[in-house]
This record gives sequence, structure tokens and C-alpha cells, in this order.
Amino acid sequence: MTIQQPKIDTSPKISDEIRRTTCYMCACRCGINVHMKSGKVAYIEGNRDHPVNKGVLCAKGSAGIMQVNAPSRLRAPLKRVGPRGSGAFEEISWEEALTMATDLLEPIRKDNPEKLAFFTGRDQSQSFTSFWAQHFGTPNYAAHGGFCSVNMAAGGIYTMGGAFWEFGQPDWDHTKLFMMFGVAEDHDSNPIKMGLGKIKARGARVIGVNPIRSGYNAIADEWVGITPGTDGLFILSMIHVLLKAGKIDLDYLSRYTNAPVLVNASEGAENGLFLRDADGKPLVIDRNTGELTAFNKPGVRPDLSATHTIDGVTHRPVFHQMVERYMADEYAPEAIADRCGIPAKRIRAIAGELARVAFDEAFELDKEWTDFRGEKHTKMIGRPVAMHSMRGVSAHANGFQTCRALHVLQIILGTVEVPGGFRFKPPYPKPVEAHPKPHYGVTPGKPLDGPHLGYVTGPDDLCLKEDGSAARIDKAYTWENPMSAHGLMHMVISNAHAGDPYKIDTLFMYMANMSWNSSMNTKGVMEMLTDKDENGDYVIPNIIYSDAYSSEMVAYADLVLPDTTYLERHDCISLLDRPICEADAAADAIRWPVIEPDRDVRGFQSVLCELGARLNLPGFVNEDGSQKYADYGDYIVNHQRKPGIGPLHGFRGDGTQAGRGDVNPEQLDKYIENGGFCVTHIPDGADYYKPWNAAYQDWAVEIGLYDSPQPYLFQLYSEPMRKFQLAAEGHGDRQPPEHLRERIKETLDPLPIWYETDQEGNQGFTVNALTQRPMAMYHSWGTQNAWLRQLHGRNPLYVPTKLMRQHGLSDGDWAKVTSPHGSITVPVMEMAALNDNTVWTWNAIGKRKGAWALEEDAPEATKGFLLNHLIHELLPPKADGMRWANSDPVTGQAAWFDLKVKIEKAGAPDDLPESQPVFEPIKSPVGTGPKNLAWKVGK
Amino acid sequence: MTQLPQSTDRKMGLVIDLDTCVGCHACVISCKGWNTENYGAPLSDQDAYGSDPSGTFLNRVHSFEVQPTPCQSNPAPEAQLIHFPKSCLHCEDAPCVTVCPTGASYKRVEDGIVLVNESDCIGCGLCAWSCPYGARELDQAEGVMKKCTLCVDRIYNENLEEVDRVPTCVRTCPAGARHFGDLGDPNSDVSQLVAERGGMDLMPEMGTKPVNKYLPPRPKDTIEEQIDILAPLLAPIAEEPQGFLGWLDKALDKLPGGNA
Repeated sequence: MTIQQPKIDTSPKISDEIRRTTCYMCACRCGINVHMKSGKVAYIEGNRDHPVNKGVLCAKGSAGIMQVNAPSRLRAPLKRVGPRGSGAFEEISWEEALTMATDLLEPIRKDNPEKLAFFTGRDQSQSFTSFWAQHFGTPNYAAHGGFCSVNMAAGGIYTMGGAFWEFGQPDWDHTKLFMMFGVAEDHDSNPIKMGLGKIKARGARVIGVNPIRSGYNAIADEWVGITPGTDGLFILSMIHVLLKAGKIDLDYLSRYTNAPVLVNASEGAENGLFLRDADGKPLVIDRNTGELTAFNKPGVRPDLSATHTIDGVTHRPVFHQMVERYMADEYAPEAIADRCGIPAKRIRAIAGELARVAFDEAFELDKEWTDFRGEKHTKMIGRPVAMHSMRGVSAHANGFQTCRALHVLQIILGTVEVPGGFRFKPPYPKPVEAHPKPHYGVTPGKPLDGPHLGYVTGPDDLCLKEDGSAARIDKAYTWENPMSAHGLMHMVISNAHAGDPYKIDTLFMYMANMSWNSSMNTKGVMEMLTDKDENGDYVIPNIIYSDAYSSEMVAYADLVLPDTTYLERHDCISLLDRPICEADAAADAIRWPVIEPDRDVRGFQSVLCELGARLNLPGFVNEDGSQKYADYGDYIVNHQRKPGIGPLHGFRGDGTQAGRGDVNPEQLDKYIENGGFCVTHIPDGADYYKPWNAAYQDWAVEIGLYDSPQPYLFQLYSEPMRKFQLAAEGHGDRQPPEHLRERIKETLDPLPIWYETDQEGNQGFTVNALTQRPMAMYHSWGTQNAWLRQLHGRNPLYVPTKLMRQHGLSDGDWAKVTSPHGSITVPVMEMAALNDNTVWTWNAIGKRKGAWALEEDAPEATKGFLLNHLIHELLPPKADGMRWANSDPVTGQAAWFDLKVKIEKAGAPDDLPESQPVFEPIKSPVGTGPKNLAWKVGK
Repeated sequence: MTQLPQSTDRKMGLVIDLDTCVGCHACVISCKGWNTENYGAPLSDQDAYGSDPSGTFLNRVHSFEVQPTPCQSNPAPEAQLIHFPKSCLHCEDAPCVTVCPTGASYKRVEDGIVLVNESDCIGCGLCAWSCPYGARELDQAEGVMKKCTLCVDRIYNENLEEVDRVPTCVRTCPAGARHFGDLGDPNSDVSQLVAERGGMDLMPEMGTKPVNKYLPPRPKDTIEEQIDILAPLLAPIAEEPQGFLGWLDKALDKLPGGNA
């Protein structure tokens, strides 16, 4: 046929309207343009003006249309009518639901508020939910940080007043060498991809340290397939090499860190603490005068080398201790290479490359700035080495110390808060002292005496009752894990079930799939949730749960409060909790109902506003006892944490004020008009050296991040940790139990160390087992998504070539995977680009039959599986029969990645019908989805 | 059978950077979203929540493991994982067009985009059979052949801002691994990128003359080969802490404001 080109319309109308809001398909919080046709969502794309994603959008974000229309959406409040776990519910009205909840909670608050455990999962409204819990009066509140990445957050805050991800970012515009440790494919999502693209476009080098070479690590120029859990050893070895070669930034160390601070060498209760002046300022020797001087005195030149002798005792600076420790042969590459699985030559080459780029490729920006000692600088020195790290480092029981070691590596190279290095994002930098301390003071019928979560600086801050028992149900801030800044959500159900430290009455949870992928020991948790006492009553008497979807956890609730999807609600991504700032700007954002729910569901935060009023919580009622906030949108605009400071920083007062300002009733409209977010830029010259830069400090006060300037030194040596050690050595009134003394002495070392995680009981289990979350799917939220499940509907166990051969396995075979805690039988697939003693799988693809509106024969439910079944919240019994938490001894971070297994072939592909274990299907409160889709809302 | 144009005014296409693609599937789903709502029939999904979900996609990402050949400088190279996005390559000698019995498949004269006129498509599947790249998919609900349109309804769309007149996969790609432009113009940004980075045709032996190009991954795991350059940087200044502190004192004097 000859060419008869049809005429086509190349300029069709895109949509009736674009509504700009914030994505919630993962925790990344990108800006999205929601294209509407006839009032329906037609298409979702990234918002080009948005500070997080600048127009791009990941697979999850674009698949939002399948999420807001998912058949798994809950439709109305549910009251349990069958046994717990069966999924038998009846739909009830909101009035009945709220009456039920009020009737449960009112007596608890009146008599003993600690009997409510309120824990929220991947909650992006923590400043609000914690405010609610605080006014209720229970000490038992936290979000999911304890099983996510508290090691990373706390390690960063305690070391340098900020950490990775939400706390800071590489200087993508200037960096020439980017090194990432244990970064799987998620946190954060689009900004890392954008950054990698940006630096690759100019030929900068990327080094990926991860046992698995997928995702970001697949495009790294250098892949370090490290043995899981040994990152700290690798890092300390590089510190060894750099120290020995003198490739460290002495000027930076002396000015901005506590390396020159003198450590008390006298025997006794002050041993290992800093020498301080009468005002409590840590002391250094001034190299100009040779005198003992406060670290922050104008003109002081802190000496990294000089010591100070009083009464025959020589007090040495932190730096001496570092040199002594890290120059030791035990950290030489040759000494650690085998344990890390990295050749010594490669360790040296990488350390050499770090030094080469940091020092030989140093550059200057012509920006004047003044430091906190009043010294003016005409230039900013750039050291173009940037690092990033996430859960691969965090989720080990040595993760806190490893995070600290990583920050020490960044700091000795002089690469933090300098051009080309790693930069904080407001409200960070923020030293430990500027954070609240944890509060646990309970008074029946009254609010808690302060915020639940915070940063301890010594034994006095632990949350212990007078008898020494834990004040919190999760045993956060106890001697078992003294610096547990995010709480221990993973321990709540097992502790509540055991009645240890005490029994509770009601477990109230939000967005936390605890009976499935968000718990260790999943089967055990299901049993705890359904266990009955001798009277036939549930051991955990009442469970209230809120979720937007028919997740596995829904079946275990007595009362289900159905939440909206993310396009049907108000939210605020607030500077008061986890904002979306950039290194150059403060930024926050909102969600707003771009569509109205077509079901009888309500935003959970709005429900809390009403429930708070029904319970007469002080923060939620007016003086006349009427409901203070009609809904969450009303709270976002009208709540003030302090006079002039509210959940949103933008468009305050008359609409032009940023940070501080009166309530502006038009604030949400202004945000919507502005694309759903507000950005306030840091002035030029205040944008680097933030912890010490007077211009930044003043700006931070101006917009309300601080009440006064908070300059501080990076804490290479952590004095709070030393205080816990001192207690363990017998000093002070508050003493740890005997069985924890040795562990505290060993693991709360004030200078970073590496230790092998507890392997007692793991004899014979030698293969590391890990999970990663795919970039295109976020926890369980993705599996219900008709588009995303076509990308990741199956999760084989990826097995390295060597282990495949050793066990006679072929792709698709079944393998039995066993840990000291249990076993699973799962399909395998060979992967060569993998540490040769590590197996892994995608996280949370596996689903329980009956959940998420999937058919019972969906591959997620038949072939999919969870590694969670192999991981217990407690370690195997020790010789004395005690079982210790499977958590970091410093922070209580759940040590998911310490899992060790053995594998054996269980059959050929056709030998087994399903992955094991198999659980009874749960009755779906929403049925299953439609067979076929052809989704087009326009004509 | 259907004829191809003698030549096209421009050769619009994609350049995909395999050194940068992280395999996130953003392009896959953005494409699914745009093309479900726009050009022609929606991209349907069968058994969407069941045991064997399967839908129409115009762009898919495949991942391949690569085992580099051992060589003298690297006798035991580590395996690599390459993410490989694949959609219609808008070939100059597109066999899918010439095989079409109804004229539904055609290559546009003005820009070289290969399209299917759905109203003339009988869903016979010959084009998909003839495409060596597997880039066409028959929509099971509509019974017509679907393929990448290079977002012909975006790239000239006057309802979009100029900056957005690119294929949706390019607009959304977080890593910036996808580039769009005229590969017939040697001075275009995409042509220059291809020249600089050694852009390649996919399976040139098939003789289809694909317009889309792939930029190959850069060499990996070479840092130990640089040890000769890096080793002098690491020459020890001291073996023991005591020696180090001696060095330290001198080094501190050399700092700005020091005594040296």
C-alpha cells in the first residue's frame, strides 16, 4: 500500500484541571500534578516546581491512580464479629465507632493512661499524633523509626547534629566522588536517582558498598560486595589508612569538632568526661597562648596535639585517643580484609581515592562567612567527597557504632557541610542539646509531662520507674537500649503480650502491618494478638487499628477506623517533624483532598481531632469544652506549637511571613495556589558550614528553627555514651542491672568501634539473609496495585552462584531456609552479582491469602514469602537461659540484617504447590478486585 | 503490504543511557499512565488482581546479569547487573510497517515515528511477529496492536508548556537516563551525546536501522588498577601513634595562623 498518512490530533486537551499535591506512594514526598477529567483522576505526573523531585516521578508515584482506585480500600468502620484474626466484621457507623473508641479510652485515661499503647507506623504526621498521645497522657507512643533506621538518625544526631536522608544530602552540584553504604533501592527515592544522574552526567565516580549489586549499586563505578554487618570494620580500616598517611583535614578537625577537647584522665566519676570551665564549656588548649580555654572563645586556635597536666594527671585531647585507637594494627586493611570480604588492596585503593578527591581536588567558593568564634573567612573550601548510607548499615546490632564510624570518616576528611561534601537540610543541623529529652511522667486524667521521644545525655534521662523497671511498654530508654531515640515499635506487641514491663488495656495502631511484614516473628505476633488468658479473654484486651486498605493487620483489630487514600485528605509535611527541606532551603508541604472519598471513610488525623474532643483532651477542646479542631485541615492552620509557630512555616500572618507569624486562615489556600508547598531559601553565604556559620544560625532563629543560635562541635567522642559506661563501671546513683554491665561497657564506647553482633545460638547458621525494597514498590502498599504488581509480583530468594552450585539448586527450585527461629520453603533464583555468602529477597511482596483484595491464588500469596518468619524479636537463649532483644544495644534498632540462615534443596519447581509456611486465608472485608481493567476516565 | 517513506524529515527518537539507568521502572509506569488515558485504546490489564496478571505495556525494563571476561588487570571480575529499558526503536527500515496487511502500521514522514492507526488494525499480530525487538504488544481487551508512539500527542501538544513537550518517559525519568531529540540532525544534543559516549544500535545485524540509541555502561571496578597513582598518596607519615603526634605538631604549625 502506498503511504496515506492518517491525520492525528497532536494537541489533544490534557485535562480539565491540574491539582497539585504531595505524593504518598512512599515516604519520599514528591510533588505531583494530578490531572483531573470530569472530577476524576486521569493522570499523575511530577511537579516541576517542587523542591524534592523537580518534575520527575518514580513508578510508584505514577501508579497512584491504581492506588486511589484500589479494590482493597476499606469502605466503612468495622466492628469485629468473629474471633480475632478471622476477618469477620460488620460495618458500623462512625458514630458507633467513635463511641466504642471513647468508651474504651476514657476510663484508661482517667485511671491509668499508660494502659494505652498508641503506635503509628509510616506516619507522616508524627508531630500531630505525638501531640495527641501526649495530651492523652500515655508514655507509650512512637512511630516506626525503631524498626526502620533509628541507628542512622541517632548515630548522626549524636555525632554531628544531623544524619542522612531527611537530615541532609550530598552536594550534588559539586561532589566528585559519591560513596554509599548499605543503600538499597528506597531511601530516599527520587532525589538519589536525580543526584546519581547529575553526577554521572559530569563523569563523577560512584562507589557502592552493598552485598547486593542491584539498583543504585548496579550503576556504581565501583562495587564493594561487603560481608553484611562488617561495614564498620571497613570504615575504621579506611580511617586507619588515612590517619597513617596524614590524609586528614587538621584545620577542620581543630575548628569544628571535639578532636581538640581535653578528656578527663583522673580516676573516678569524671573519668572520660570533658574538662569544662565554670560555664560548662568544654576546654581546649589554645595553640596561640598554650592556655586552657573554652572551645568557643573568640580567637582561640584549638590545639589537636597539646595535653594538659593537673596534679600529675595528664589530660589528653580526643584526637590523641583517636590516633591511638585507629592506628592500631587491628584496623590495618590486611587484618580485616577477610572478615569484610574485601581485598586489602581494594580497601587501600578506595581510601586513596577518598584522599585524592578530598584533598587534591579541593576547590574554593568565593563566599564570605563568619564563624561562631567571630572569625571572618573570605572563602569556602570545597572537599568534593559525599557519602550516603541507609538501612544496610542501620539494621544491624552494631549499626549505631557503624553509623558513628561513617560520620567520623566523613569528618576527618573535612567533608561535612562544606562545598562538594555532605550538607544538612533545615531544621538540621541541630545538636543533641537542642532536642527535647524523653518524657514519661504520667498523671491520670492529665497530659504527659512533655514529649515522648528525645535524646538522652546520660543515665539521668532514662525512662525508668522508681523501682528501676521500664516506664514505657517498649522498654525504650532503658539500660537494654539507653539511646533509643525513636522507641521500639517492634517490641510493643510481644511486651504487651508478656505483660512485661506491665499489662496494657488497649493497643491503638495506625498504618503498621504488625501481623505481617512489619514485625519480626510474624507467626508469633499473630498468636500473641489472638492469645487468650485462663478466663477466655484476649491477653491484649482491645485493639483499635486504622488503615486505608485491607491489610493483614485489619483482621486482628476489634475496631477498624478506615482512613482515606492520600488524594482524599489533608496532611502536612511539617518542619515540626519530617519536612522536605533542601540543603539550600527550608521547605514544607501539604496534601489536600483533590478528590472526595466515595466511601464512608475519614482521614485518621481528623478522626483523632474528634476523638480527642470526645475524650476532653486539653489540646483538642476549647475552654467551653467544644471540639477545638473541626478536622486535620483546621488543626494544620490553627494549631500553634509556640506562639507564631505552627505546623506550616509558609504564608503566615498576612500571608507574607515565613517561619514565625500569626495564624493565617488563608494558609491552606496559599499552599494550594503555590503548588502544595512552600520554600524559604537560606541566604547566600549562610548555605555551608551551617553548624558554625553565624549567618545561618541567625537565619534559623529568624524563621523559628531555633530560639537562639546553637553553634556546636561535631562529637567525634560522645560524652553521653561515656556517661553510660561510667554508670556501668559503678559510678552514680542510677545503676544498670548486673547482667547488662559488661555489654554497656563494651558497646557504649564513646569512640566508634566495631564488634561482631551476638552470634550465640547461631552455630551452624552461616549464610547472611537480607531483604531489600524494590524501587517500584513500597512495603505492602504496592502489591495491591494492579500496575506495580506486574513489575514485582514475585519474590524469589536470590542465591549467589556458589551457593546454588553447592546445594544443587536451579532457578525455580524450592529451598528450605532455616534460622535458629524457624524455617520457610521458598523458590530460588541464581544471582551472580551478589556477595557469595548472602541470600536476599524483595521485602513485603509476600501476602496473606484474603488480604489486599487479591485473589487467593495470587502469586504474592502462593509463591511470595516473608523472611520475617525467620527473625525473632529475641535472640536465641544464652547459657543462663536469658534471651536478649534482637536489637542494637545502644538504640534498640531492630537488627533485621543480622539474620543468619542455612539453606538446603527442598524440591524441583513442580514438587511443591506453595511457599511455606501457609496460613489460613482471612476473610476479606472488601472482597476481591475486578478481573480486568481498561482504565480511561476521559472520552 | 505497507510502504515505508523514502526518507523522513527528522528522525525523532530516544537515547537511553545504560550507565545511568537504575532500573526503577519509572518510565514504564509513566508510559502506562499516559497512554492508558491518551492515544487510542487504554492499555488494559487482565487478571489484574489474580493469579496471572498481565497487561499491555509500551515500554518495559529488563535486567541482565553480565559476567565480564577475565583479563590480566582483573583476573576475577565481579558480575554486573545492567538495566535495559526497551520500547519501539522507530526503525528506519521498520519491518513491522512493511509486513502490515492493512496499512494500519506506518512511519510518519515528518518525524519518523512509527504508529498504528488503530481503526485500521485487525489485530493479526504480524507486526509483533516481525519486530526483532519484541516492542509491540497486542492489547487483549481491545484486540488492537499497541506500541510506543514517542508520545506523539505530547511532543507537539500546544496545551503543554514547551518544556513538557517530550515523551512522558523522558519527563519522568528520575536519573535523567532518557534523552529525546532528532537523531537525524548531527548537531542535536542527542546526536552529540551519542557521538561522545559511543552510542550503539540495538542488534544492528537485523538491518532495521533503529533510530533509538543506547549509551553503553562505562567500565566498572577499575579502582585497583589505579593503585600506582593512589599508593603514593597513602605513604605513611608514621607507623606508630607516637610518630604521628610528632608529625602532627609540625603539620599544625603549617596550618593558616600557625607558626611555620
